[in-house]
Amino acid sequence: MDITLKVNGQEKKLNVEPRTLLVYALREQCGLKGAHVGCDSSSCGVCTVVLDGKTPVKSCTMFAVQAEGHEITTVEGIGGGANLHPLQKAFHEQHGLQCGYCTPAMIMTSYALLQHNPKPTEDEIRFGLSGNLCRCTGYMNIVKAVKQAAEEMSQTAQAAD
Amino acid sequence: MYPAKFTYHAPWSVEEAITLMNENEDSKLIAGGHSLLPTMKMRLATPAHLIDMKNLRSLLSYIHDKGDHIAIGSLTTYHQIESSSLVKQAAAILAQTVSEVGDMQVRNMGTLGGSIAHADPAGDPPAAILASNATMVIQSSGGERTVAASDFFQGFFETAVGAGEILKEIRVPKFSGGSSYQKFKHPASGYAVAGVAVCLTKNGGNIGGVSVSVTGVSDGAYRANGVEAALTGQAFSEALAASAAAHAIDGIDALEDPFADAAYRGQLAKTLAKRAIIAAWNNA
Ligand SMILES: Cc1cc2nc3c(=O)[nH]c(=O)nc-3n(C[C@H](O)[C@H](O)[C@H](O)COP(=O)(O)OP(=O)(O)OC[C@H]3O[C@@H](n4cnc5c(N)ncnc54)[C@H](O)[C@@H]3O)c2cc1C
Ligand code: FES
Ligand code: FES
Repeated sequence: MDITLKVNGQEKKLNVEPRTLLVYALREQCGLKGAHVGCDSSSCGVCTVVLDGKTPVKSCTMFAVQAEGHEITTVEGIGGGANLHPLQKAFHEQHGLQCGYCTPAMIMTSYALLQHNPKPTEDEIRFGLSGNLCRCTGYMNIVKAVKQAAEEMSQTAQAAD
Repeated sequence: MYPAKFTYHAPWSVEEAITLMNENEDSKLIAGGHSLLPTMKMRLATPAHLIDMKNLRSLLSYIHDKGDHIAIGSLTTYHQIESSSLVKQAAAILAQTVSEVGDMQVRNMGTLGGSIAHADPAGDPPAAILASNATMVIQSSGGERTVAASDFFQGFFETAVGAGEILKEIRVPKFSGGSSYQKFKHPASGYAVAGVAVCLTKNGGNIGGVSVSVTGVSDGAYRANGVEAALTGQAFSEALAASAAAHAIDGIDALEDPFADAAYRGQLAKTLAKRAIIAAWNNA
């Protein structure tokens, strides 16, 4: 069937089987490899993308057709190259990653978390990220990275006021 | 993992969805998909027709103040419920219980209607639905009917929602007494190995009315009548909470799985019941 997905601000016209999972539509048809597949059973969170700017979801547990009508944001959509998002920069600077497999999803869940709660405490960060597993870092530097990004983003927001 | 092939439908009205169900025997509704889709990936469910309720969200996703109760549309997500100041204030047991489901991503997709229509024996929301004496509104081609929580859950993944029927609304009576949901989470899945919800009112130093429900322990969530009887009208003390909680699995054959055997699950239910009674009393 033909569907239109709005991904990172662009409309993508795709032809999918109804059973196509959103993560495969993004990876294989849109060429966006930021959303990974880990457990493929809704547990690890590495497939997390953000719907409508603020709602993180596991794209392995959603059919692509269910995402029609939503704005989808993947890690490629928030920044890259010389133009890193504060979260991407902070994960880099705080060593919030080792193998990097969980990182795009950690960043997208944190991105949504900071929309709801611009100044989260450490507990709130850990609670917010509890659907994202990391098998390398032990989470300490991930939490630090989210803190750093939150501070930077709130300073930028203040400067803009 | 790919589910088996199916024909996809996305109706724009409840009536159309019901017609589709009646015309296609081997069909399934999908709401948030967070129980159904994993089951389809494992091919434990292979519906020939999938009826997606995504276009019914504008009709069935709401939280309305109805005076003596809160009306919640079946497609309302856990996240919408846990963020609602009305639910937090007037149905605190439901707000607390859904906030303990899974993780943020799961709570963004999972719906209250999907959870209770599915009736997973390890699901959290059924405990809150039973303890708050909610009423379910079910629609079929013949019209609407209402079913009390006590008649709704009918065993292992079984509810009062029959073939060709849609759960439309959940009506939760407003409650200003104390309440608490205590859960022992499965460390990997997050589901309840055991969970106990308590709602109670204070009458001076005595317990007034009380409802106690247990999930995770039997083939479906149930009201723990023995605990309720042992508490009603009694002077509160922690010793009373403990002796009443000992009735949490009266008449129940506790489930066993590789994670928790029956004796352990039963003990968890009693311990959680005691904690929930004390916590509910302290915030009444
Ligand atoms: C990783 C993970 C962790 C989880 N952890 C927990 C947890 O800790 N606690 C917990 O309680 N649950 C947990 N869940 C399950 C979650 O709560 C599900 O979202 C919920 O059980 C089903 O709701 P849904 O909207 O996703 O329903 P779906 O999966 O879409 O549907 C479930 C079933 O109900 C039927 N159905 C759905 N809506 C209706 C309706 N309106 N009328 C009639 N029938 C309907 C469908 O046909 C289907 O058979 C978890 C799920 C995942 C993936
Ligand atoms: S791949 Fe989606 S949660 Fe693990
Ligand atoms: S950095 Fe390797 S899984 Fe997180």
